[in-house]
Amino acid sequence: MIEVKDVYFTYPNGVEALSGVSLSIRDGEFIAIMGQNGAGKTTLVKHINGLLKPTKGEVSVDGVSTQKVSVAKLSRKVGFVFQNPDHQLFCETVEDEVAFALQNFGFKEQLIKKRVTWALSLLNLTQYRQSSPFMLSGGERKRVALASVLAWNPDVVILDEPTIGQDYQQKEKLRQFIVQLNTQGKTVIIVTHDVEFVAECNPHVILMAQGKIMAEGGAKETLTNRSLVTQAFIVPPQISQIFFELSDLKLPTNVIDVYDARKVLLDRLEVSS
Amino acid sequence: MAIIETTGLTYTYPTGTKLSLQDVSITVERGEFVVLTGPSGCGKTTLCRCFNGLVPHFYGGKLEGNVAVAGLKVGDHSIYELARHIGLVFQNPENQLFALSVEKDVAFGLENLGIPRSNIRQQVDWALEITGITGLRERPPHELSGGQQQRVAIACVLAMQPDVMILDEPTSFIDPVGAQKIFDVINELNKKLGITVILVEHRLDLASKYADHVIVMDEGKVVLDGEPRDVFSSDSARLIGVGIPKATRLYQVLKERGVPLKRVPVNSEEASQLLREVLTHDRG
Amino acid sequence: MSVFDGFKFRKVYSPIHQLDPRVKFFYILVMFAIAIMFNQLLPLILLFFIQLPFVFVAGIQREWARSLRGALFFAIMIFLFNFVFQYFWTEYPLPPSSSLLEYSIAMTLRFIVLVESFSMFFLTTSPDHLGLALEQSHVPYEFCFAFTTAVRFVPVLAEEAQTIMDAQKARGLELERGNFIKKVRNYIPILIPLIVSAIRRSLELAEAMESRAWGATEKRTNLYVLEMERGDYILILISVLILIFAVYVWIFHREQIPLLTNFLAPLELTVTKMS
Repeated sequence: MIEVKDVYFTYPNGVEALSGVSLSIRDGEFIAIMGQNGAGKTTLVKHINGLLKPTKGEVSVDGVSTQKVSVAKLSRKVGFVFQNPDHQLFCETVEDEVAFALQNFGFKEQLIKKRVTWALSLLNLTQYRQSSPFMLSGGERKRVALASVLAWNPDVVILDEPTIGQDYQQKEKLRQFIVQLNTQGKTVIIVTHDVEFVAECNPHVILMAQGKIMAEGGAKETLTNRSLVTQAFIVPPQISQIFFELSDLKLPTNVIDVYDARKVLLDRLEVSS
Repeated sequence: MAIIETTGLTYTYPTGTKLSLQDVSITVERGEFVVLTGPSGCGKTTLCRCFNGLVPHFYGGKLEGNVAVAGLKVGDHSIYELARHIGLVFQNPENQLFALSVEKDVAFGLENLGIPRSNIRQQVDWALEITGITGLRERPPHELSGGQQQRVAIACVLAMQPDVMILDEPTSFIDPVGAQKIFDVINELNKKLGITVILVEHRLDLASKYADHVIVMDEGKVVLDGEPRDVFSSDSARLIGVGIPKATRLYQVLKERGVPLKRVPVNSEEASQLLREVLTHDRG
Repeated sequence: MSVFDGFKFRKVYSPIHQLDPRVKFFYILVMFAIAIMFNQLLPLILLFFIQLPFVFVAGIQREWARSLRGALFFAIMIFLFNFVFQYFWTEYPLPPSSSLLEYSIAMTLRFIVLVESFSMFFLTTSPDHLGLALEQSHVPYEFCFAFTTAVRFVPVLAEEAQTIMDAQKARGLELERGNFIKKVRNYIPILIPLIVSAIRRSLELAEAMESRAWGATEKRTNLYVLEMERGDYILILISVLILIFAVYVWIFHREQIPLLTNFLAPLELTVTKMS
């Protein structure tokens, strides 16, 4: 259970990135935080694992305020996968890389070996166990970074812009993986501006603009609300755009998925024939 | 008149174990807006570097076949000679800007070419105006947003007045609204100034409305090459795993259920228009 | 970071900021030469005070004061070293004389004058102005380019270092814990990604440079040009006059420069008389 209570945050250079943000995230939720670059999305999620502490207000994870606990301790519960895997990779082998956090958290040798094997197979990296992470392709390095976070099995997984630089198939695999994580009971929070990706995942969406939360709701409701989307400087999913343009024909507007769109259109055609 | 022509282009990187390009033969006509796409690792980035000479002059390796840009055979001319005809904008905006002010960066290429100062000033001002960043001219790159930086990078290339501009996934690190602005600028360069554009992109839903020629690559080979409508609606595109525009996907799923649209849409405006025809026609 | 703040350029427009860096550098060299010429406290005090009008005209008082504070540690070290060493070398076992004290203060002030003049130079000269000055002084372009590009990427690298630290902290890395050796080892997960990233970045930069006709001609032109203006000539004149005066005093009158303690001597006599 993550509680954000009326949080304000100003960076040392004077920029106010969060202006009164309040939010509750229950265990097992799947959330997408969306908004323009500079809206405060990454600043907000960095408060959840304690990397940033609020200038005003409070953030608590499972009842404990983030001011009272170290980042290392919070990270046991809240895993954070950064946007650029190259900001983490430094070991000689993928195995060491995945084991790094486990060693920091004081896991026993035996358990570390088991967890590493498990995480590598989960992300199809077993064959790279002894490879140097620097020799892998971009997509593979992203998976190593993800494996190194999942290895310690945190309850919450935060992914910052996980779809950047990925092609369609990679995004599809990632989407399925994230949904699977959530189905297994993990709280999953993604920070993204990729509307099509969010449209396919259909999570609970939080729209941010200028350091505030503008709206929250299911993906279908928020991403199809024309005024909200314009205010948050988001480009709506293409399917929603099509239905916006057909709104005078009194079709339902909360459509973001291709197959839902087909159903709606076929229903309408049946009715009129 | 073909501005870029390749025949049987085959290439392996010096440290590479497999072919990055296999027998690539394509033609780009002057003034076209080409979208080049395909799964990661398919060779599109390598192909772009063959056009401006980074392959083979910078990367080394064995280049077989022919590639000619603006009539010049790439293998026979140095990168700086080719830079007068073809410019390349890279994915990461930060790593293309070296100077401490925008206008100095835009002037960089012209300075390298030894152009007299008064002409540099003129061309820099012109490039800044077309990309809409005149107000940013004295700002240091670090203070700019990713979208602004990328427009600076475009201005830097534009200032050299190339015939062709290649943009390699220019919007990867930029949010959709910033990406839209960049596409609008690129489109203007193509439609108003006649610059041939080759855009490497994954986000086909945003980019496809400008394209008049789409090339899809997979594993070093050209698999599809033609008009956007034909390419996006083909079965191979889906099989390869290209993220075709949702409008085209909707067309496909409707066709499966026996509802054909008159044409293949590639963006939301076309799709809504075609759907409107079908829906109102049925009513009437 | 406050010591470095005393050297960081800020974009302000004062007459001093507009001056040609080459002229400012000449002025600094003159200050340097004079500071080295004299061992006596009095000329060094004068030299210190000559800087002040420039500092105020440029509006950089706060940052300049900060660099003074930063130099304080070394200044004290220099004072102690000179005082102790000279004492044991010349005056031991007698009690230390006032002229020794004055000499040690003079050496310290010499150091401070050098630091302050360089600080003023860097505070009033933008890096691209400096790069341009280097270019026009016929330093090979590769070096000027390397210099300005390095400066341009300093804030980028600083931010990246912060991000890397965050990323590793989020994997349980605790940078404050442990003894000295452990603390140094804890920085490996920060340094390696930083270095690897710098190497990747250089490759991308090289590609971009090549693609924009790097190396096309030997005779590179420039968007900007540094031209000497009235203010520059005035500074040159001032510097030359100060230099001439200093050389004159050094050649003909340096033996006659009074010790400050001589001015304080009447005070001493009154004190001893009273006790």
